[in-house]
Formats: sequence, structure tokens, C-alpha cells
Amino acid sequence: MVPASYYLILSVVLFVLGALGVLLRRNALVVFMSLEMMFNASNLAFITFARMYNALSAQVVVFFVMTVAAAEVAIGLALMVEIFRSKRSVDIDQMNTLKG
Amino acid sequence: MPLSTANEILPAFQAVPWVVFFPLIGLILNLLFGKRFGEKFSGAVASLATLASFGVALSLFFALQAHPEGASVPFLQWIQVGDFVVNWAFRVDTLSVTMMLVVSGVGLLIHIYATGYMHEDVRHNGDPGRYRRFFVYFNLFIAMMMILVSADNYLMLFVGWEGVGLCSYLLIGFWFEKGKDGIANAQAAKKAFIVNRVGDFGLLIALFLMFQHFGTLEFAGVFEQAPVLAAATPGVLLAMTLFMLLGVTGKSAQIPLYVWLPDAMAGPTPVSALIHAATMVTAGVYLVVRSTPLYSLVPEAQTVVMWVGALTAFFAATIAIAQFDIKRVLAYSTISQLGFMVAAAGMGAGVAAMFHLTTHAFFKALLFLAAGSVILGIEAGHARAHAHTDEHGHDDFDPQDMRNMGGLKDRMPLTFWVYLIGALALSGIAPLSGFFSKDEILHAAEKDHLAIFWILLITAFLTAFYMGRQLVMVFGGTVRTRAAGAARENSAIITLPLVGLAILSALGGLLNFPGSWGLEHWLEHTLEGIQPSEFAPLTALISVLVALGGLGLAYAIYAVIQPLTDYRQPDPLTRLGVLWRGMANKWKVDELYHAIIVRPYEALAHFLASPVDQGVIDAVSGGLAWLSVRAGEGLRVVQNGILRSYALLIVLGVAAILSYLIWMR
Repeated sequence: MVPASYYLILSVVLFVLGALGVLLRRNALVVFMSLEMMFNASNLAFITFARMYNALSAQVVVFFVMTVAAAEVAIGLALMVEIFRSKRSVDIDQMNTLKG
Repeated sequence: MPLSTANEILPAFQAVPWVVFFPLIGLILNLLFGKRFGEKFSGAVASLATLASFGVALSLFFALQAHPEGASVPFLQWIQVGDFVVNWAFRVDTLSVTMMLVVSGVGLLIHIYATGYMHEDVRHNGDPGRYRRFFVYFNLFIAMMMILVSADNYLMLFVGWEGVGLCSYLLIGFWFEKGKDGIANAQAAKKAFIVNRVGDFGLLIALFLMFQHFGTLEFAGVFEQAPVLAAATPGVLLAMTLFMLLGVTGKSAQIPLYVWLPDAMAGPTPVSALIHAATMVTAGVYLVVRSTPLYSLVPEAQTVVMWVGALTAFFAATIAIAQFDIKRVLAYSTISQLGFMVAAAGMGAGVAAMFHLTTHAFFKALLFLAAGSVILGIEAGHARAHAHTDEHGHDDFDPQDMRNMGGLKDRMPLTFWVYLIGALALSGIAPLSGFFSKDEILHAAEKDHLAIFWILLITAFLTAFYMGRQLVMVFGGTVRTRAAGAARENSAIITLPLVGLAILSALGGLLNFPGSWGLEHWLEHTLEGIQPSEFAPLTALISVLVALGGLGLAYAIYAVIQPLTDYRQPDPLTRLGVLWRGMANKWKVDELYHAIIVRPYEALAHFLASPVDQGVIDAVSGGLAWLSVRAGEGLRVVQNGILRSYALLIVLGVAAILSYLIWMR
């Protein structure tokens, strides 16, 4: 049996990688994928704790997160397509009109 | 003075609110329909409203014959804060009804006169549309004056007090765009209002003191508790009465606040007659007489009141001698006569004060209205005389300057005769009304206050002198301008009220005729502890001789020794030198006030406006604006639109919050 802390460390590593991806990558699709990785890192943590404490509710939360993530991806990709149509690019550094 | 409760008030007394309502109805009718139905309607409505008010006052008069103790007629609950209650209640007693009769009676005659006078005046000044406005203001004034005199408590009196002040302001500035430089009338109105405000401040302080120490503002309650306060802390009562006196000096034009009244002559002549001679300016005298129970407890205050009155009487009379404006002479004369009344009220001779107030209302209203008739005659004569010739020097002709008159006796005979009656009554020639009332004041002074007596006697001499001078300059001598030569008598609507007032001026002495003492027996139901009057033949003889001396001296100087033949000729009294210049320049009081009050005040205002307001206050608000602009500009840099920097901030924020939660808690 692999100790729970391994899972948690993996979860943290995945989360940090995801966050770094969001912060550093310029391709919007990659940012999206990094975002999904953060979701799944947190899901992993949830599952781990669910096993640790035998708490069923944490598993429910995981399903919930997955559902929301699916919906979010649908909207996000739709936005992405629209942005690509107008800007001919998915470089997020060019999406900089929202400024004071 | 026991207050009657609601269920024992006579039905006749219940009518008292209508003395206020009738003029109010009149002014509302004029406001709504006056424009549609024209001048005749406006004048008739206003006069009828005043007549109705007079009728109510008369009915109260007859009701009081049977029940002279009077009543307090509650009308509305007004203010109730804890224990402090002020009701809208009317006081019906001999004193208030006397004032009501004077106000509405003299007011009625002046209303009738004004229907004719304003017809000419609005055309002369080129705005006939203001005819209606005049009568709206006039009725408003009657209503406010009625509130003042019929009040049962000091606060309601104060409402009327302010209301008549407002009407005075509106009517002085009736031709607000006229006058010297197109602003003099407006400035006169403003001056009257502001000077009165100083006085009103005093009255307000007196009211506050009453509230603080008595917890009530009703006459009965205040007078009931006053002796207790006088015994405990007489200083408070002294302050109360002296602050009240400040209000009186403002409204009744006494030293030091009399300066507004001469300028108030900028209003149309009926206004001068009604407001600035007969009624409003006597409100102060009424207040002192009404508050006799307070004043009689503090002899020091009485002394001050007396001296203020006497000095004002003398001071104003000296100025009146050297004026050339026919209305200004009468204005200073009014101040002087008000001084007589205030002095009498200060001596505790309330009856004499009210008597002189009443007769003065008759003859001074008469004099003003007759002066208005003269002015109309001169204006019309001027228009006639210059109709066919070149109009050079047309604009600087002053129809109120007595030097431009002369010889009007033959051209305006009726006006002359009524003016003569008024002038003789004012001078105190027996048996006209002024003789009796002035004599009573002199007699009251003679008993205890010899210095006051002499001042008032000299003033009586000066009064006769300046009235004699005016009579000779206006009606006697030679015709000095073509305008005066072409003057004609006015129509009946103007002269009839003059005749009515002349009869009142002549017979007014019967009100308190020695022996019957009608007014005194009438007023003693309200004024407690008045001393019975008596007729002093010697005093009467002296005062008549003094008056005749004054008139004779004026006649000698202005008609015999050096008759005026040309309007450019200087006044014979110019030989008095410094004395003349002082009198002619009104002793420079206006200039003095300007130097010691207006100028420093303006300097303070400028200081507050330019360094303080524009410097400090604007700097604070401007600085705050600058600060937020700068802060915004600084924060703009953060909003750079780069998504990843926002995300970084979010991550850092989450990290910060988490580390706080983990390590700090």
C-alpha cells in the first residue's frame, strides 16, 4: 500500500505544474490544459483524503468538480473559438484590451 | 389676567380669527383672479377684505363693552414638545382690539387711497401689471399685522413681527429696479430687512430666555412667573427686557437701529403711510406696552427704554429740520414721534403711549397721504408743463424735493387744508388730537423725569418748527418751478380718504378727552396698575405756546425774513454752519455705521471668501481631488490587461491568505 502522503505530494506537484503552466504559457489552449491539471490535482487530493477518512462526501465533491470542469471547458473552448475568429490567434498576451 | 377656557368664551369673541382670514382671502382672490378682472377688482377686493377685518374688530369692540376682561381664543395646536406648548391662540382684550381697530381702520382708508394713487403710480413708473401685486402685498401686511397684535403668546407675535418685516421689505422694494443707479430702492429694502434682523435677533434672545426660565411663551404664563424670577435673579429679567428693547429699536426705528426708516421712503407713498408711519413701526411700542408686567419689575430697563425713546425723539427731530425731501421730513418726524411713544411706554405710561400711537396713526397717515397727493400733483404738473417744450434736464427733476414746490396752497386747496390739520395736530396745537396725546406724555414725564420732560419739550418745539418749515416750503411762498405752477388737485378717490383722516386727526383727542378718559378706562382692563391721568393746564399751556413758537419761528424765517423764491436758493438755516451741515448730513450716522460695522464686516467677508474659502477650503477639496486622480493614475499601471499578471496576482493573493491562515492563526 502506497502511503497517502505520496498521493498528496503528487497532487501538490501536479497543482504547482498546472499553476506554473497557467502563469507562464502563452497559448490559450495550453493554459486551459494546465487549468484542467490543477482541477485534477485537487481532485486527487480529495480522493486521497476520502480514502484516509472514509468520507464519502469528498468523493461526491470530486464528481461535482468534474461536472463543473466539463461545463467550464465547453464554455472556455467556445470563447476560444470566438477569440480565434476575431483575432486569428490564441495568444493570451494579445488578449489585453481589458485595462485601465 | 386669567385665561378663559374654551367653553366659556363668548360667541362674539370666537370671530377673532377672521381679522386675519379676511385679508388672507382677499390676497388669495387677488392672486388667483386679479389678473383676469383688472384694477378695479384688485382694489375693491383688497379694500373690502380690510373693511371686513375692520368689521370684525368693531364687533369685538362691542363685545368687549359687555365683557371687558377679554378672552384667549384657542384656534390650533401649534407646537408641543414635552411640557412646552405653544398654541395658535388669539388674545381678545382691550389692548389688542385697540390695535386691531387702528390697523384695520387706518388701513382701510389707506387702501382706498391706494386704489387711486397706485393707478397713477404704476402708469408713471411704466408697469401697470404691478397694481395687483401691490394689493396682494398690502393685504398680506394687514394679515400679518393682525397676527402680531392678536397673538396670545410671544411666538405667534414673533410670526407676525417677521411677517410685517417681510411685507415692509417687499413694499419698500416695490419698484426694485428704480431709484438712483437702478439699485437704490432695492438697497433700501435690503437695508430695512437687515437692520430689522439685528433687532429680531434681540427679540429672539428674549424669547429664548423666556423659554429657559419660564418654560412658556404665553403672555399670561410669562407675566405670572415674572415676579418670582425678578425676586430670584433680576439680572435675567433685565437682560430679557433689554434684548426685547433691541427688537423694539429695530421695528420701531429707535436709536441705534433707526437708520432704515428714512431709506424706507423709497416705497410708494401709501406704503410709507400704512407701514412706516401708522402701523408696523408702532409694533415695538405695542410690544413694550403689552410687556408692561415685565418692564415694571425692572426699573433699570424702564429707564433705558425711556432714555432711548427721548433721545431718539430729539435726535430725529434735529435731522428732520434740514431735509428737503417731503417724505424724508415726515420719516424723521415719525422716528421722533415713535420716540415719544417709546419714552412714554418706558415711563410706565402705557395709556399715553397707546393714545399717542393712535392719534399719530391718524395724523401721520394723513400727512403721508397728503404728501403723496402733493407728489402726484407735482408729477402731473411736471408732465403738463414739459409736454410741449424741449425736455432738457427732465431726468433730474425730483418731484419730492420741497425746493421744487411752493405756492401749492392755491393749486391744491383741499390737500393744503388737510395737510394743515395734520401738521397742526402733529405740532400739538389744541384742540387737535396730537395736542392731547403729546400733552399726556409730557405730563407723565413732568412728574418723575424732569430731564426727559425738557428733552421732549424741546423736541416738541423742533417738531412744530420743521412742520412749519415744510408747510411754508410746500404750500406757501412763491411758485418755484413750472411743475409746481401746473399742479392740480387730485381726484376724489385720493382726496376723500384724506378728508376722513383729517376728521380723525382733528377729533382723535376725544378718545381720551380729559375728564372722560375713555381710552384709559378702556385699557385699564388689560393694563394693570396704571396711574390715573390728570389734565395739567399749565403743562398744556406751555406745550401749546412752545408749538406756536416753533410754527411762528418757521413762518418768520421761511416766509417773512428770507422767503424762498428760487429752487436753487440755499436754505436760510445754512447760516448755522456746522450745526446745519450736521443736521443736513443726518449727523453722518449712516457713514459711521458704514465705517464701524459694514466696512469691517465686508473686510471679514472678503477675508473669509478669498484666503479662507478659496485658499484653505478649496485647497482641501482640490487636494483631495488631486490625490484621487494621482492614486488612480498610479493604480492604472497595475491594470495592464495582461491576463497572466492577473493570474499571478490571484495566486499570490491565495498564497498570502493561506499562509496567514496556516501560520498566523
